[in-house]
Amino acid sequence: MSNGTNVLAFAESRLGNIRRASLETVTAARRVADQTGGQVHALIAGAPGIAVHAAKLAAHGADVVLVIEHDGFTHYNPEALAATLAARIATGYRAAFFAASAQGHDLVARTAATLGVSYASDVTEFVVDGNTVTVKHPGYTNKVIQAFSLTATPAIISLRAGAVLPMENAKAGAVEAITSAIDPASARVKVTATEPSGGAKLDLGEAPVIISGGRGLKEAANFFLVEDLAAAFGNAAVGATRAVTDDGWRPHSDQIGQTGRLVSPDLYVACGISGAIQHLAGMRTAKTIVAINKDREAPIFKVADYGIVGDVLQILPVLTEAVKQAKG
Amino acid sequence: MKIAVCIKRVPDQDVRFKIAVGGKSVDETGLKFDMSDFDGYAVEVAIQLTEKAAAGEVTVVSVGPDAVQETLRKALSMGAHRAVQLKLDTPVHDGAAIAAALAAELQDGGYDLVLTGRMAVDTQNRSVGAHLAERLGRPYIGAISKLEVDGGTVKARRELEGAYELVECALPAVLSIDEGIARARYPSLKGIMAAKKKPMDVRPAQIGAQHYVLDLLALPPERAAGRIIGEGPGAVPELVRLLKEEAKVL
Ligand SMILES: Cc1cc2nc3c(=O)[nH]c(=O)nc-3n(C[C@H](O)[C@H](O)[C@H](O)COP(=O)(O)OP(=O)(O)OC[C@H]3O[C@@H](n4cnc5c(N)ncnc54)[C@H](O)[C@@H]3O)c2cc1C
Ligand SMILES: Nc1ncnc2c1ncn2[C@@H]1O[C@H](COP(=O)(O)O)[C@@H](O)[C@H]1O
Repeated sequence: MSNGTNVLAFAESRLGNIRRASLETVTAARRVADQTGGQVHALIAGAPGIAVHAAKLAAHGADVVLVIEHDGFTHYNPEALAATLAARIATGYRAAFFAASAQGHDLVARTAATLGVSYASDVTEFVVDGNTVTVKHPGYTNKVIQAFSLTATPAIISLRAGAVLPMENAKAGAVEAITSAIDPASARVKVTATEPSGGAKLDLGEAPVIISGGRGLKEAANFFLVEDLAAAFGNAAVGATRAVTDDGWRPHSDQIGQTGRLVSPDLYVACGISGAIQHLAGMRTAKTIVAINKDREAPIFKVADYGIVGDVLQILPVLTEAVKQAKG
Repeated sequence: MKIAVCIKRVPDQDVRFKIAVGGKSVDETGLKFDMSDFDGYAVEVAIQLTEKAAAGEVTVVSVGPDAVQETLRKALSMGAHRAVQLKLDTPVHDGAAIAAALAAELQDGGYDLVLTGRMAVDTQNRSVGAHLAERLGRPYIGAISKLEVDGGTVKARRELEGAYELVECALPAVLSIDEGIARARYPSLKGIMAAKKKPMDVRPAQIGAQHYVLDLLALPPERAAGRIIGEGPGAVPELVRLLKEEAKVL
């Protein structure tokens, strides 16, 4: 496969809305293209109208925005997208970046598999140096940092949310309409619906602050206390423990931990959460951890930078008011 | 229905890992091993499907050294019917290479469904499923939390960030299993006895080319010990001060 200097960034969208992760992949691609002396090509696909997001991709460093507008891409169309991306990448790119999101994990694996190449998944750091690419990728429920060499060309990489901060770096962003490599309607795998799950409004992987609730909240109806605190922060998503998602208080997609989401926000507030090792596995890399628990011996206090011992139902409303005031 | 489930032997994650001399593996002293969490759910899904249909066969496959036989045996004691070890004594981290070995074993097996876990909890790659599907030329639905198999059709649900997707494809297919579908059952004594008599084939793994190679493992920086700043609602002002002045997140 030819090994060009250009770098591809897949721009993820959902039901016509671009996702923040897209700006991260474009920023990452820009960084590599500046090294190789190549161009950044951002690819976005969706129902007609999706091209409106080209300007944003250009502002973050895309020289060219490749746009597929087709009703067959209203929902995620994994096979048509993977076929299109693989065909495009095969024309000669140095690297291609995807988001390590629910959609991105699926698409990057399919695209690499279609091309028959290895790729680096869920990367937190990467270095492209001449012909070698080295990456870091957390493993063992985030308890071990793994360093890998990726010798496949092109280097296909999915980026963990927050690994690269979106940076404005305006380029031309020439829009080029392209078509799907296969008839979108011919895909064997069909997404028939995309529905909000009634869970976190902000993406857990993207939110700088996560307010998380556990069984200590006593009942589903009390979760509004967690939501109110998240709303007071403004930039917060709501998470939960498996105890809570199992009981159906919150959707599974909000679960944080070994078998849920692995998150690293700036601030994690654990409300009525015991701090079981499987939960800690998903959030112990947060920069700052706050814990509120009535049990002074709860394991969550061992990792909490700031712990308050007491009844979460009494403390949360007071904290929410105080945060509102602090935010002015 | 013929179902194959790919399972990986991984260390129990409820420990503080140490890095072995040489830096390329975790120190296995004192570690317990089991099948990766999601693979356990996949085995359960497969067994439930054959139980419901009162027909079919579940084959479990693992790539690895002889120690994986213990993990395969556990799946047999849960109710799987046959096991295959694809013997490989050196650790491989490249999902494409592992998928090649699994595909070589599974391609002519006439499987209606091939299941993998959403990810192996040690490497966290999430890549084997899609690579395997591509090599088998089968449709693939990844990370599913609900499944309905109705005649020749698969209907599945995938969790997204704050949303979910409903996805369909026809059998035969490859699916990777997320949490939420099923909890892995504990083997019964009867199951454990029965497993001893079930077939376990051992064949060399036809591992694919490797282009993703582990250089080094390291432990992340330690967290400072926790600190309790006060009790009850009265501690809130101090917390807010610390969040502002020390942590600078407010
Ligand atoms: C294979 C496996 C995988 C798992 N994966 C995950 C995972 O991904 N994520 C996950 O979260 N868990 C996971 N678990 C489950 C985990 O072991 C715990 O059971 C779970 O995290 C506990 O949730 P919790 O803290 O909400 O509940 P509990 O452990 O019941 O804790 C409730 C806490 O609330 C406190 N409390 C009670 N009332 C109040 C009050 N009024 N005010 C303040 N505090 C109060 C209690 O002191 C207690 O500490 C997994 C388990 C297994 C076996
Ligand atoms: N060595 C292995 N043997 C059998 N199956 C495996 C192996 N490694 C990975 N898998 C399967 O592929 C899934 C995803 O693994 P990974 O892509 O490494 O995260 C696992 O949950 C298993 O189902």
